[in-house]
Amino acid sequence: MMAGCVLTAGPVVLGAVPAGVYEENSYSCGVMSSGVGYNDQTGAETAVEAGQETTPTTSSSGAAFGLFSSDFKKNEDLKEMLESNKESLKLEAMKRVVGLISKGKNASELFPAVVKNVASKNIELKKLVYVYLVRYAEEQQDLALLSISTFQRALKDPNQFIRASALRVLSSIRVPIIVPIMMLAIKEAATDLSPYVRKTSAHAIQKLYSLDPDQKEQLIEVIEKLLKDKSTLVAGSVVVAFEEVCPDRIDLIHKNYRKLCNLLVDVEEWGQVVIISMLTRYARTQFTSPWKEDAVFDENNEKTFYDSDSEEKKVPTEAKPYMMDPDHRLLLRNTKPLLQSRNTAVVMSVAQLYWHLAPKHEVSVVTKSLVRLLRSHREVQYIVLQNIATMSIQRKGMFEPYMKSFYVRSTDPTHIKTLKLEILTNLANEANISTILREFQTYVKSQDKTFAAATIQAIGRCATNISEVTDTCLNGLVLLLSNRDETVVAESVVVIKKLLQTQPTQHSEIIKHMAKLFDNITVPMARASILWLMGEYCDRVPKIAPDVLRKMAKTFTTEEDIVKLQTVNLAAKLYLTNSKQTKLLTQYILNLGKYDQNYDIRDRTRFIRQLIVPSEKSGALNKYARRILLAPKPAPVLESAFKDRDRFQLGTLSHSLNVKASGYQELSDWPAVAPDPSVRNVEVIEPVKEWAPSLGKAKQPKSDAKFYSDDEEKEEEGSERSSSSSSEDDSSSSSSSKDSGSGSEEESSEESEKTSSGSGGSSSGSEKSSSDSESEQRQKKKTKKRTRKPAASDSDSDENGNVDQASSSATESSSESESDSGSDSPAPQKKTEANTQRKVAVKSKKEVSLLDLDDFSPAVTNAPKPSVISSSLLSDLEGLSLSNVSSAVQVTSPSFGPVKTYELLHHMTGKGLAAKYHFPRQPCLYQPSMVSVQVILTNNSDHVLEEIHIGERSPAGLNVHCFNTIERLEPGASVTVSMGVDFSDSTQAANFQLCTKEDQFGVSIQPAVGELLMPFTMTEADFNREQSEI
Amino acid sequence: MIDSLFLINHSGDIFLEKHWKSVISRSVCDYFFEAKEKAVDPENVAPVLQTPHHYLISIYRDKIFFLSAIQTEVPPLFVIEFLHRVGDTFLDYFGECSETVIKDNVVIVYELLEEMLDNGFPLATESNVLKEMIKPPNILRSVVNTLTGGSNVGNTLPTGQLSNVPWRRAGVKYTNNEAYFDVIEEIDAILDKSGTTVFAEIQGVIEACVRLTGMPDLTLSFMNPRLLDDVSFHPCVRFKRWESERVLSFIPPDGNFTLMSYQVSSQNLVAIPVYVKQNISFLEAGSCGRLDITIGPKQTMGKTVEGLMVTVHMPKAVLTVNLTATQGTHTYDLATKVLVWDIGKLNPQKLPNLRGSLSMQPGAPKPEEYPSLNIDLKIQQLAISGLKVSRLDMYGEKYKPFKGVKYLTKAGKFQVRT
Repeated sequence: MMAGCVLTAGPVVLGAVPAGVYEENSYSCGVMSSGVGYNDQTGAETAVEAGQETTPTTSSSGAAFGLFSSDFKKNEDLKEMLESNKESLKLEAMKRVVGLISKGKNASELFPAVVKNVASKNIELKKLVYVYLVRYAEEQQDLALLSISTFQRALKDPNQFIRASALRVLSSIRVPIIVPIMMLAIKEAATDLSPYVRKTSAHAIQKLYSLDPDQKEQLIEVIEKLLKDKSTLVAGSVVVAFEEVCPDRIDLIHKNYRKLCNLLVDVEEWGQVVIISMLTRYARTQFTSPWKEDAVFDENNEKTFYDSDSEEKKVPTEAKPYMMDPDHRLLLRNTKPLLQSRNTAVVMSVAQLYWHLAPKHEVSVVTKSLVRLLRSHREVQYIVLQNIATMSIQRKGMFEPYMKSFYVRSTDPTHIKTLKLEILTNLANEANISTILREFQTYVKSQDKTFAAATIQAIGRCATNISEVTDTCLNGLVLLLSNRDETVVAESVVVIKKLLQTQPTQHSEIIKHMAKLFDNITVPMARASILWLMGEYCDRVPKIAPDVLRKMAKTFTTEEDIVKLQTVNLAAKLYLTNSKQTKLLTQYILNLGKYDQNYDIRDRTRFIRQLIVPSEKSGALNKYARRILLAPKPAPVLESAFKDRDRFQLGTLSHSLNVKASGYQELSDWPAVAPDPSVRNVEVIEPVKEWAPSLGKAKQPKSDAKFYSDDEEKEEEGSERSSSSSSEDDSSSSSSSKDSGSGSEEESSEESEKTSSGSGGSSSGSEKSSSDSESEQRQKKKTKKRTRKPAASDSDSDENGNVDQASSSATESSSESESDSGSDSPAPQKKTEANTQRKVAVKSKKEVSLLDLDDFSPAVTNAPKPSVISSSLLSDLEGLSLSNVSSAVQVTSPSFGPVKTYELLHHMTGKGLAAKYHFPRQPCLYQPSMVSVQVILTNNSDHVLEEIHIGERSPAGLNVHCFNTIERLEPGASVTVSMGVDFSDSTQAANFQLCTKEDQFGVSIQPAVGELLMPFTMTEADFNREQSEI
Repeated sequence: MIDSLFLINHSGDIFLEKHWKSVISRSVCDYFFEAKEKAVDPENVAPVLQTPHHYLISIYRDKIFFLSAIQTEVPPLFVIEFLHRVGDTFLDYFGECSETVIKDNVVIVYELLEEMLDNGFPLATESNVLKEMIKPPNILRSVVNTLTGGSNVGNTLPTGQLSNVPWRRAGVKYTNNEAYFDVIEEIDAILDKSGTTVFAEIQGVIEACVRLTGMPDLTLSFMNPRLLDDVSFHPCVRFKRWESERVLSFIPPDGNFTLMSYQVSSQNLVAIPVYVKQNISFLEAGSCGRLDITIGPKQTMGKTVEGLMVTVHMPKAVLTVNLTATQGTHTYDLATKVLVWDIGKLNPQKLPNLRGSLSMQPGAPKPEEYPSLNIDLKIQQLAISGLKVSRLDMYGEKYKPFKGVKYLTKAGKFQVRT
């Protein structure tokens, strides 16, 4: 209220006073308003209202804004700036607002001003507005709705980055009303062509789920869809979503299990962590335990997992009691290389996977990597040491060779030191105990007293665990009793007490020694321990014990409670064993205890009195007093604090805290009988098949091989190749000035050529395609010999136009026979091959073997786009499999590639109707401008398909020569038909519908550049002549 | 995953907060302050804490606590690793990671944090990718931006996010193409009183600075790769080729990065470059003690030892020191009780020596323990394990890059017990 009053008065004055006064005035206003309670929502709102009134007067003094120091004033200025027309002012204002947010100050009253800028063209401004929106939308739900339409529009943007960031912000605005909009957006984004957008949609799933858990069922559907995604980019994020939304729906994983295992190496590091931990859980429910006692493992088995699956399959023939599921093995094999990751979280998650899933003798492969992590940051060490501590309890052998890595340095922080100590203690055995004890001796002297105390306890544990050194340890601890430091002494006493208990033999000397020290020890716990020892073994020190009791009687009132209790105990025990000497003392102590301030002590005294002093009231218990008080006590077990931590999965937060954290997923026990492994079998969608002529080192099509059987090498190579090929791509685009630099470089260069040569449009089909083939070769050459001038290559293509028909047809015929027979000798091919082509081939052979594959692939990677089955599949293929295949094609024979078959329609999507197509590379019968395509239609369903024909096509003007309608296709039968398509010399896909009687399926054929061309032959002389004519 | 991040300075002020899910009140940090209070030394704060509703995972580096609040189960290393990446990114962008620099660049910091995490899950952590989206600050650009109204934020998806080489940005161009590799080895050792080695091992890293145009494909091979026992790689290194041929084959990120880190197999005896003769004693009766340290070369492979420095954490009772050094300078910090003797170059003819008396707090009992000495040293042009790079080949690009390899041996955690 007060602030409001002053402010309304403000503008009245302002009109007249000079600037200096104004500043001062406004400053005082600010102070007052913050006095009212700046963070208070209502207070701030009134301030804003008041601020709006002042707006007209202050607008002229924009330059002075920076001078005001008070927050209130700043906010008003910021509002002003946000509403101005200048982009730079707005940006400046937003930067300051972000500054406010970062400091945790409330800037929510600026919401209306900020939200207006959500559609700004300036990308940085927009981003900052997004930051603001996400922060405050939850508080200002109604106003936040104003921005929604902007995001909805951005979701349709052609730029994937903008689509993705719109989805990110839209899903981060926690406003329940827009749940249906979010749901729609997520569903749409999940089928987006860009894997980046799909990844974002996976993140959005979690956000929506936390906003409205009722959407679970629908979200699970989306997750199911995204889990099928083969992009490495999506894999990690969707598994996070899975873990958050429906971790119990293990059935969704079955079909994707092998894919996830195989993709794992290429997934980004953060995704690897979540996938590995999810797969750990999965494996524990699906496979049987490899830890069976009778399981016989030999090294052969270990060898097999690097070899091909053929060897793996041999294993079952030797009748073994336990057989590891191949999928189980697959997981172990594919995670192993990740132990070399630079990301400590990845290494740890692989380590825990091995710990929980691998056969006992294989777990030790993780040791080295875990020890390596100890070199990392302090916090990393802490977590890793905790996990090693748990592991080392169960498996000493794993870490024993690395014992020295756990030696403590004086500069380590205390919690690291104690953890190392814990591990050293766990590792101690008969062989190394002397080394460890020598280390411990150094530690006991440490300046860090908590650590020294922990060392003494560790010595105690070693002493109980290893009977050979018990006496040595005990003697050492007794020596420590004369240490000057109190905590050390006290800890020693306590540990000695425990040790003596476990050693029922004669130790009266030590007890006597401790009795002597008793006067000097002030730590209550230690005093209490000595008293207890006296009482327990009073028969061994019959002379000393009563004397100690006498001393205690004197100081009883000043002792700590715990010492008092033990004094009462001692008195009672002595009374029973040596009542002659101690009767009076005991009564005195019991009297003191009776009036003690602590009710515990009073209770105990009363109880003891009734128990030991016979009176008429004391009942039957009295007879048993001796047996109660002097019963032999079981020795305490000294054990590790990490003993029970193995109930948690290693590497988890719960394990670290030793408390079950919220959201912790229990690791189930191994099933006794493995569930049906066939659920993981996947229908291999094999979009690209190749029939390579059997020359060279053509790779066999891997269609029938199971998914997991592609050995690692292939996988790796594939990714390597594709990565390096993409690099090639980039470099070539940057080097050739003509190219646009985008993926469609072939097309663009082709087109530019057409215009330059001028012969493009009118010439006949064969001619044109031959010129195209030349241009394709040139592409290849370009990658090899980039020094060549673009002008020279232009001349090549010009000359193509004038080449005589005969030679080109000759080439054709030979190429036909080549592709048709498939097993012909390479001889005719060589004869007809163009010189230039051969040169290319020869040149390429000079390079190092791995790299020449790379050099070839770029020309092709972009070219053979298979038909689009699903958008997600396509994008994968770019990254994963396609480059692999295509480079293999190149190796076989650069000029006459094997005929590739592309998938037109998968039988799953086609309700049983499957269609594949390939380019026979024959001149088309129907029209010269058409390219002939052969389509193989197969009926995979169990009923007859009728009236298969081609329906609508797009683009509308698409010229297609259809095949005759197939009236009837029996189940299992297949038929080959040929059709002609006029692609009008572009690589634009031809879309049309494949119809049966009941259904229609949209399909598309996308030609590779090479398929549009026609090869031809000419002599070098001809070539030169043609060239010179240009 | 990660819900919120708080940056807290040495004295316990929260100077930056960022939330990726619903806002978590900064009062959650009180639990952390409590633990910090208890731990006294900031290094002693446990990295993982539990509060009634949240879990706090923190790291401490460069005098800043990075504290993240978490609500559900997540691997703690995941968070710790990420927080360190955040710190590394700041270092990469601003040259240092300090409170002032973060406050000065708060907008960029915020933009970075926004891109690095989505809903608490890491989205982009590769420096090359981030730099394409958010340009690092530099004076020229900020001047240009203010004049032209340009921005620091890119509006296209960085190519790295989609490609198979996410660590490398596209369209890299340099006029001078150069690739430098620094082989840096650290000796971790504990020597006991008599000078015998209790424990010693060699850890190495290869730091690379690669400024090459286009998409170069590099292969780095060693003369003696067998020395390398345990290795970890930057994601760019093709593990398969390392396994089969023991060469590092990779498409490098642009700029500075750590190519690999390794450990030299433990069978090899570790050469200890210096020996230390020391005698520290505290007299029983009087309130004084004596200190005498001499350092000499041991196995230096004929190279000079440089940057020699001895650090001693004295017991609390030592008040002042009265020492004379034959070489270098020494300082004694009265508050932290740390004695630092900066020697510099080690001259084998004239061994550096530091001797004198320590004056103790009168009446205090004789300290139980003797302080251990931490040694720091550097040897240029030597990898103490004997590791040698044999060659670097480049494929995929046509130009000739300038190549350089440098070796350096340092003392890591090198401690002499007394």
